[in-house]
Amino acid sequence: MAADFLTRRRFLTTSAGLAGAAAMGLPARAQGGLTVGFIYVGPRDDYGYNQAHAQGAAAVKAMEGVTVIEEENVAETQDVQQTMESMINFDGASLLFPTSFGYFDPHILEVAPKYPDVRFKHCGGLWTPGMPENVGSYFGYIGMGQYLNGIVAGHMTSSKKIGFVAAKPIPQVLLNINSFLLGARAVDPEITCQVIFTGEWSMAVKEAEATNALADAGADVITCHVDGPKVVIETAAARGAYVCGYHADQSALAPELYLTGAEWNWATVYTDMVAKTLAGEPIPNFVRGGLAEGFIKMSPLGPAVTDAARAQFEAVQAEIMAGDYAVINGPLADNSGNVIAADGVSYLETDVELESMDYLVDGVIGSTS
Amino acid sequence: MNGDIGLWAVPLAMIGGAIRVSTPFLFVSLGEVITERSGRINLGLEGTLVFGAMAGYALAYLTGSAWAGVGAAALAGLLFGLVHGLLCSLPKVNDIAIGIALMLLGTGLAFFFGKPFIQPVAPDLPAINLGWWSDLPQVQAALRVNVLFLVGAALAVALAWMLRKTRIGLTLRVVGDSSDAARALGIRPARVRILATAFGGALAGIGGAYLSLFYPGSWNEGISSGQGLIAVALVIFARWSPINAFFAALLFGAAGALGPALQSVGVTQGYYLFYAAPFVLTLIVLVLSSSKSGALTGAPRELSITK
Repeated sequence: MAADFLTRRRFLTTSAGLAGAAAMGLPARAQGGLTVGFIYVGPRDDYGYNQAHAQGAAAVKAMEGVTVIEEENVAETQDVQQTMESMINFDGASLLFPTSFGYFDPHILEVAPKYPDVRFKHCGGLWTPGMPENVGSYFGYIGMGQYLNGIVAGHMTSSKKIGFVAAKPIPQVLLNINSFLLGARAVDPEITCQVIFTGEWSMAVKEAEATNALADAGADVITCHVDGPKVVIETAAARGAYVCGYHADQSALAPELYLTGAEWNWATVYTDMVAKTLAGEPIPNFVRGGLAEGFIKMSPLGPAVTDAARAQFEAVQAEIMAGDYAVINGPLADNSGNVIAADGVSYLETDVELESMDYLVDGVIGSTS
Repeated sequence: MNGDIGLWAVPLAMIGGAIRVSTPFLFVSLGEVITERSGRINLGLEGTLVFGAMAGYALAYLTGSAWAGVGAAALAGLLFGLVHGLLCSLPKVNDIAIGIALMLLGTGLAFFFGKPFIQPVAPDLPAINLGWWSDLPQVQAALRVNVLFLVGAALAVALAWMLRKTRIGLTLRVVGDSSDAARALGIRPARVRILATAFGGALAGIGGAYLSLFYPGSWNEGISSGQGLIAVALVIFARWSPINAFFAALLFGAAGALGPALQSVGVTQGYYLFYAAPFVLTLIVLVLSSSKSGALTGAPRELSITK
């Protein structure tokens, strides 16, 4: 937090502002080749969101003719605009991956028009026609991973109550919560899912408190959507609950109680986009993929998983791989009784409507505000 | 994992939260009580806390002993305190400014040296099960008390006794209330203040070790949510008394557990509001305990904020 003041790039941008026009003429461009910038909201090795992206960046580093620059702990504020501009002006980056959700609007949308030759690829944003052409968004259908988590959780819970530690009620998080419950309900429709929002992407003490509160409320399988799941996984395991991972493989943190996990596989996406840029080919502005496309993957099933759970997990995974799988199937209501999907209506994993989700389905105990 | 205890979960979670969350507040504010009683303010304790969390975790991981980690954190905190104390003893140096500088230095150094320790898993500090008498897992979990919490509680009593009844306490109070009187008694105020600040730093380091070695029990760059700063404010709130600091820390811990606990029993609307509970509570208590005549009763007179 406070140490943001000390980062090299912040210092550079500030001094650049002071030096004014004199510095503008002499940007230190990289020597030939393509420079790719990765921006993370937290540390690169957080067992979570940022680590998943950093593993993708590591795959890009191994490519011929590419220089990778990275900056960690960049806040979703004016800071990220300065980081992007300094990566462009000082390091000569022409392809940027600002990876945190809050970087998109307004920060990328403000900076991008100033640099039409630079490609801005954002993780999780919803690019729509009319936005700058050099901006694009990519994301994976990780809700499917949480659905598979839910199926295993549904088999393993004995209290019929599962728990979810969530950061903020944004569409992606809500989709994950809903998918987790619907996966469990595919096993047993009596199961409920308690959600606790911490309000922050990374707030260790609050995440631990939330996990304890879920365990106190009787949840015996717990998963999460926060930036670094380490605290949630360790706390839940200390309470004797089963855990499902998220973002990256956390099985090392709770070898006996870890069931499975929904992981990102960004190496596929990043190497593909960088290869296209090197070849001078266009990248679509709107890129999405799931299990079948290799955007996401599941952690290997843990030792506690029963045969019945394994069988259903594998069957559903095969169906998802085959494509056109729908998690949201009517008739379905949200948890305050409003109809979301009428009888016969289904939303496929690829449906863009799911990316503006603002409800929790029936069976989730929690509220979006 | 069984037994639905309904709304009882809320007070239980608050008791549990008070015990789990309060320890860092407790150690930092006890240390700062001693520092401020000597007439200095060390705002750098947030940095000391974060550095202590990192140093404690790193040493615990490298040596395999959580207590070695606590020792390392205390030592690191002691050094930070010494630096603050020594720098502030130079002429015309402002303790608040040095504190802010050390806060940034501490967090910066902790992030720098802490990089390789985010991934590994270090051993945890032991806890004592005071909930053995109950069959409810919730009660047992709430009453899993860490040794450091008990140490902190005992320390609060010991420090209160020390300030009131011993020669060391008298020396501290004289230095804190009047440098001139202290000099007349043959006491060197600068030396007392350096020691008091070093002591405060060591306690803040231990508070950090609690964060990384027990609850939440891992090192990462977001481990502190400002506990070090809040604890400094708690000292004013506690009117520079160690016993009050203990209760203030408990109150803050309990209020912090309110948000998650309410959501877990189904009170789900407006959780952002509940998360503000500790701060709203502080305002209310400060307003209720204020008085027209002596707003800063108990404040050491040599403190730069009261001079």
